[in-house]
Amino acid sequence: MGFLLAALTGALAFSLAYGAVSLSAALFLGLETHLLAAVPLLAGALFGLLAALSAPRKGALGPYLLFTGAGALLGALLPGALGGGVFLGALAGAAGGALLVYGLRELALFPPTRETYERLALRGLRALGFVFFVFAVVFPFWAMLVASLKPRAEFLANPADLSLPFEVFQSGFLPGLEKLFEGYRAVLFEYRFLRYIANTALVSVVTMLLTLFFSVLGAYAVARLDFPGRRLMERAVLLTYMFPAIVLAIPLYVVFTLIGLRDTLGGLVVVYLAQTLPVALYMLRSYFETIPKSLEEAGMIDGCSRFEVIWRITLPLSLPALASVGLYVFMIAWNEFLFAFMFLDTPEIFTLSRGMVALNSQEVPYQYLMAGAVIVTVPVMLLFFWFERYLVGGLTAGGVKG
Amino acid sequence: MRPRSLKAREARLAFFMLFPTFFVVVLIVIFPVVADFWIAFKNIKLGDLRPPRAVVVERVKLRPKAPGDRMVVAYRVENRSPNPITETRFTDRVPPGLAPLELPPECRIRGEVLSCRLAGPRPGARKELVLAFRAEAAYFAAGRPNPRATRPEVTTKAPNPILAKPFTLENFARVFRDPDFWPMLKVTLAYTVFGTGLSILLGLFAAQLLAVRFAGRNLLRGLFLFPYVVPVIAVAFVWVFLLDPFAGTVNALLLKYGLASGPIPFLSQRTWPLELFGLRLELPLALTMVILFEGWRYFPFAFLFILARMQAMPKELFEAARVDGAGIWATFRYVTLPQLAGILATLFLLRFIWTFNKFDDIFLLTGGAAGTETITIKVYDYAFARADLGLGAALAVVLFFILALFLTLYFRYAPKGEV
Repeated sequence: MGFLLAALTGALAFSLAYGAVSLSAALFLGLETHLLAAVPLLAGALFGLLAALSAPRKGALGPYLLFTGAGALLGALLPGALGGGVFLGALAGAAGGALLVYGLRELALFPPTRETYERLALRGLRALGFVFFVFAVVFPFWAMLVASLKPRAEFLANPADLSLPFEVFQSGFLPGLEKLFEGYRAVLFEYRFLRYIANTALVSVVTMLLTLFFSVLGAYAVARLDFPGRRLMERAVLLTYMFPAIVLAIPLYVVFTLIGLRDTLGGLVVVYLAQTLPVALYMLRSYFETIPKSLEEAGMIDGCSRFEVIWRITLPLSLPALASVGLYVFMIAWNEFLFAFMFLDTPEIFTLSRGMVALNSQEVPYQYLMAGAVIVTVPVMLLFFWFERYLVGGLTAGGVKG
Repeated sequence: MRPRSLKAREARLAFFMLFPTFFVVVLIVIFPVVADFWIAFKNIKLGDLRPPRAVVVERVKLRPKAPGDRMVVAYRVENRSPNPITETRFTDRVPPGLAPLELPPECRIRGEVLSCRLAGPRPGARKELVLAFRAEAAYFAAGRPNPRATRPEVTTKAPNPILAKPFTLENFARVFRDPDFWPMLKVTLAYTVFGTGLSILLGLFAAQLLAVRFAGRNLLRGLFLFPYVVPVIAVAFVWVFLLDPFAGTVNALLLKYGLASGPIPFLSQRTWPLELFGLRLELPLALTMVILFEGWRYFPFAFLFILARMQAMPKELFEAARVDGAGIWATFRYVTLPQLAGILATLFLLRFIWTFNKFDDIFLLTGGAAGTETITIKVYDYAFARADLGLGAALAVVLFFILALFLTLYFRYAPKGEV
């Protein structure tokens, strides 16, 4: 029974490794691969049987080295198993071996108990889960990047090939670079995305500053001052958070058209303010309440006014919260689609979201569209990675609406 | 007047500090909801947003050849909008040396300025005012100026159609009589329930993966959040691109590995026949893809909250379970899951409401075609694609009531202290 289990584990581990490597090779390197079934299954089963005998322990490097090496050797020797030949085969084999040891380590195989099965299933699920999630997240973004760098004809020739087109550099470095970024050049200069970037940045920054200013005032009032209707205020904040934008869109469209605010960036900022202010206030309020009141009282006794206290004591202490709220607001404004799409008609003031729709309706090649998508995405990604720590805090505190 | 007590002063200060937020929210959130009700009971079209304006066109019907001849000028006043005009006024300059012979009762001349004032015209109607002059020598001395050289200045008085139109129940009748109404609700419900369920399930799974410490965990956490923080327009277009039946990578892969016999139009076909254990099923293809997108894009949200909750769980419970001999499944089922119940319930309610409200995703993926038309898409379709604001607002009101029902449930059942 234990041997059967080990063989099964091995077969699954090697299939998973081979499958993942061959799929990645096909997608990301553009190699001609096949989904192998028989070889990894058989080899994996064999290795599984051997591994069962070695009974790997946690922390013991020996079995890892042994099976990773053996797997790599086997993968390298299998001729033409993967399009990349020796190297990819070795990689897949090594991954299979390592996965096998991970699956079997510290398991009571002779005889298997209930816990053995459970742990094995859990490890299998974990391995699958990692492959699945990483793949599901990376694949679309990778596809976006590659499609933005490849001319239409080249892409249509083999849509399954998502390798970076390095062959453009055969004609020299600079001409190659020019060819590679052709989509970006067209989108930025011919389709005026430079302008849209400036517009979006302006709208986002102004929204962020205004939201921060008003929400600091409001949050401080809710956190520190005593007034009737405080609870009601909180409820109302939550309530506005649940309103569908499309319900607000019709009357706002009507009113903004009548008062001439519709096709302007200012109108957009007002709408974004309303969408972000309640949450920003809510997030800041929770943070303000963690600041000891005595610090402010000390400031008051030393002769500061309320606003001096806020400016000199509360705000410097809440910089992390301000950063996370500011980022959150910036991202909401940067990403917003519906109102930008409905309100803006004049190309001079398009934001990136609106510009993308315009680009899409002009029947441009997918290359340009994907270049546009990369341009929209990259600033958010950079900001996100830079400030991830703050943002994760902000996201959980307010729960960014989406 | 200075408020007397400290308490009253504090309240006043709080009021001023909260006022901007309050003002913006009332203006942009509360007021539109009220306005929706107003518009929903009126037959207002997109074209009614342009206020009705009379158009005045001037023509010379008879030109004088010698001093003493008649000159005839006609002004045509036209209402090209579908809405009534109460009064039209216009003024124009009359060239020197023209003595009025016949004036319509609506017009008078003072000095060189002609001013006319008339009621209407009715929607689509036109009215012609004919004026006759005698051309004097001075007119010829001035070089026979054409009266059309100066344009009439028009002012129109018209009630705003949005305020003036009568109240009617017509829009609601049309909403409920629409044969798409019930199918649309069904699609919305399926999208909301399965989209919410899938995103939370995936989030739960992803959180289990990252609950244990290992190298590169923070990097993976950041990576997993990507679908959620990136602009919807970018990821929706990427999905459309990947799922394209002819140039798309997904179809190319399926064909390459022999998993499909022909290209699958993922986002443009309503149903796809599916053979499962000898059973023929009709899979709602486009709807499934939209739900998958929802799961993919929003699992990070659930993931983040569940992960945060799991990291706050006391270790002792797990040790106790281990001592008691609980297996892995039993530990998850009886120790982990009960502690997650609160956050899962909150997440479900929250995501349920947000998914129900969702517009952008489906609009960008399918535009509501191929059996993916949810209630929000329909509101847009009514109000803007069909240019019928009243009809759209009526459906928005229906949406509002359904939402109000959910919100009542939310505030009643959401556990306190979560989110």
